[in-house]
Amino acid sequence: MFGSQIIIQVLLAGAFTLFALVVIVPTKGSRHLAVRRLSMLAILGLGVATVAFPDITTEVADSVGVGRGTDLVLYVLVVVFVGNSIFNAAKFRHHERDITKLARALAIRDAPRPWEDHER
Amino acid sequence: MNDVTGRTWLIIPMFNEGPVVRQVVSEALKTFGNVVCVDDGSIDNSVHEAAAGGAVVVRHPINLGAGAAIRTGLDYALQDPSAEFFVLFDADGQHQISDAQAMAERLDSEGLDILIGSRFLDNRTTPGLVKKIVLQTAIRFERLSTGVRLTDAHNGLRAMNRHAATLIEITQNRFAHATEIVAEIKRHDLAYGEHAVHILYTDYSRSKGQSVWNSVNILSDLFVK
Repeated sequence: MFGSQIIIQVLLAGAFTLFALVVIVPTKGSRHLAVRRLSMLAILGLGVATVAFPDITTEVADSVGVGRGTDLVLYVLVVVFVGNSIFNAAKFRHHERDITKLARALAIRDAPRPWEDHER
Repeated sequence: MNDVTGRTWLIIPMFNEGPVVRQVVSEALKTFGNVVCVDDGSIDNSVHEAAAGGAVVVRHPINLGAGAAIRTGLDYALQDPSAEFFVLFDADGQHQISDAQAMAERLDSEGLDILIGSRFLDNRTTPGLVKKIVLQTAIRFERLSTGVRLTDAHNGLRAMNRHAATLIEITQNRFAHATEIVAEIKRHDLAYGEHAVHILYTDYSRSKGQSVWNSVNILSDLFVK
């Protein structure tokens, strides 16, 4: 059992590395949204499955080298939480950029244009 | 005002600079024909003071950050068809109008796209030790990441012509814009130069200036897309 611990380690480390890549490499907005929705569906599906068959968390935990099903659920929760935070931060930055453009357009529209007075 | 300064817009981003901005603006107007203050959502009397000094005031409806204010100022001034040169100038009185004027004139006479002020080209400016170390590290980082060789990384005094003012994109709303401008020089292959400037560290500018902690924020702004 101890030897299979490497499986969960690879899975968890892989998930966080993936997140790091998502943060640094810019991607298209539509893909972000699709990935987000698919993950959400997967999480909901997993939720239903574990409620219907509580024992499967332990079985899956055993197969990836985690001691208890509860621990596995905790690990998955951490991954989901971190991923969610990162996606939200990215979304926030996009909003910030849009708001900047909007505010700039307003500011310039409302400002006086002295050079036009000179022309008259 | 001469031929060059009459075709120059001085762009002053400001955020809660009420106590000093009127003085800075009226001093600037003795030399420059056009001064615009971009108010970044100040909650003090900055807007009133800047207007009283004689500046055109462009107001962000909400606070966006210094980088955003610079881009707004450039967008505004570019609308003036007679504008040829654009000088970014700090509202806190730490820059010298004579430096700004000399930079605009150099753009005109040497045909450069952009001039970056540097306080390390001569010995007039005396920053503290910690500030010096942080700035030197930033310069090294910029040289490595952009290949543009400058001696001062975060100097607010910069002058550019219409070509550079149109091309340079500033997406960093906060203080990482300084590094972003350097990256833009590289990306658009602009003809750049440096100009020795004197930064006057007054108690006021020191209290308003960036803390050393801000270098952490700048780095993370640059890396997190």
